Amino acid sequence: MKIRSIGYMIKEGLKNLWRNRMMSLASIGSVTAALIILGIILILILNINSLAEGVKEQFDAVQVYLEEGIDQGRIEEIGKEISQIEGIKDIKYESKQEALENMKKRWGEHGYLLEGLETNPLPNSYIVFLEDVQQSSTVVSILQGIQGVDEVKFYKDIIDKLINITNFIKMVGLVIIVILIAISIFIIGNTIKLTVAARRREINIMKYVGATNWFIRWPFLIEGSMLGLIGSALAIALIFIAYRYVYDFITTQMYVMITAYFLPVQLILDNLIVIFLILGSGIGALGSILSMRKYLKV
Amino acid sequence: MIELVNISKRYKNGVMALSNINLKIEKGEFVFLVGPSGAGKSTIVKMLLKEVAPTQGRIIIDNEDITYIHRRKVPLVRRKTGVVFQDFRLLPNKTVYENVAFAMEIVEASPKEIRRQVPMMLSMVGLSKKAKAYPEQLSGGEQQRVSIARAIVNNPPILIADEPTGNLDPDTSWEIMKLLRQINRRGTTVVMATHAKDIVDLMQQRVIALENGLVVRDEKKGGYGYEN
Repeated sequence: MKIRSIGYMIKEGLKNLWRNRMMSLASIGSVTAALIILGIILILILNINSLAEGVKEQFDAVQVYLEEGIDQGRIEEIGKEISQIEGIKDIKYESKQEALENMKKRWGEHGYLLEGLETNPLPNSYIVFLEDVQQSSTVVSILQGIQGVDEVKFYKDIIDKLINITNFIKMVGLVIIVILIAISIFIIGNTIKLTVAARRREINIMKYVGATNWFIRWPFLIEGSMLGLIGSALAIALIFIAYRYVYDFITTQMYVMITAYFLPVQLILDNLIVIFLILGSGIGALGSILSMRKYLKV
Repeated sequence: MIELVNISKRYKNGVMALSNINLKIEKGEFVFLVGPSGAGKSTIVKMLLKEVAPTQGRIIIDNEDITYIHRRKVPLVRRKTGVVFQDFRLLPNKTVYENVAFAMEIVEASPKEIRRQVPMMLSMVGLSKKAKAYPEQLSGGEQQRVSIARAIVNNPPILIADEPTGNLDPDTSWEIMKLLRQINRRGTTVVMATHAKDIVDLMQQRVIALENGLVVRDEKKGGYGYEN
């Protein structure tokens, strides 16, 4: 293909878009709608993922809280006792101060909230990493028997449940996404079919004059991709506005514990823009190629 | 220029459209294909345009056997033949100029060539003044002249006209015939399928008569030969 033909094809593609603008509008609308739903699911999945990762990181170990007021010597003794238990991989001491620092870090920009505390309510603790999570219950019972240990916290069940739930949501989300993409391809395909049918005569003449199939196909391909691209751009814009609003609302109105894992608008946007633009133009191109096949046989 | 060797065509519904046709048309000839409806004229025209494949035999155009060429090469074969139809087949949303230029855009001619060639063709068919008009603003004869300009703008060696005067009154038809003859004199081989007895009789060119899928007559300077 020659370069000047590309100009001709883009011009023709855009002309088509304008010529049946009502249908174009309708398919842009449906693509936007489909991609918005898709975007919501995607955002949900991304956020749940982030939450699950964060929670996992935080609770992946057994937390052994020590009683208030025991001296440094006893603390070290307890540490030795713990490391002698079978099935323990690693052990880490976290003092009250360190615990507070870490919490501040986790809370991120909301960390200043912790600065108003008069006394540090967090206990000294050991973080115990297990060799095998299967043995957790025996280890936990031994840990509970050690003198000076106030409380043993282990969240294995919660983590497992969380992973199960997130996997389930991801699966369902993926299925819905696939269905939505198929629907979008079908809708754009239909619009292109209308354009093609309306221009049958033209295609017919083009074939008689000796146009190659790709020469005929390109304008329609461009038209389809433009429909997809415009639809996805609209979807991105709407999702961006909505997500920013929701994000602002949630981060100012709800518990820091939850919102700390809420992904910031910029991150979501960076992820979505690439996915949507590729998806949008891909959907459009595929839709137009599929709907043209029949008409190219002359 | 055009050679049909032992061509037969049986359509899927069992109709034998052509049986064992042998034809040879030389470069620069003007040939009428005549015969009653269903005689096989359209089938021959469609074969020359690679729209219909023969069941048997070979088609040779411009020294190239096009019977079994690859699908992708079909456009290149079609560029060797300009086509004029009974119903003109102009694009209603393009001007006269654009309709002719369209044929050149499709074969990816340069804008410079298009700007040079299109006005030349329009002046040849006598429509320079109507370049900016749309097809609906033209008479039937004028529309057919636009379609002829479009058919020859890329200088194909062959021009195929399928009932080009079928929708026109006698005077206009005659204008069109003069134009086709003029194109033929420039060296283009012209094949015209027609029912128009007067025209065939007057032109005194080669006449190939078909009946029931057979060539029943092939005369160097013939008349229509039927009483219609």
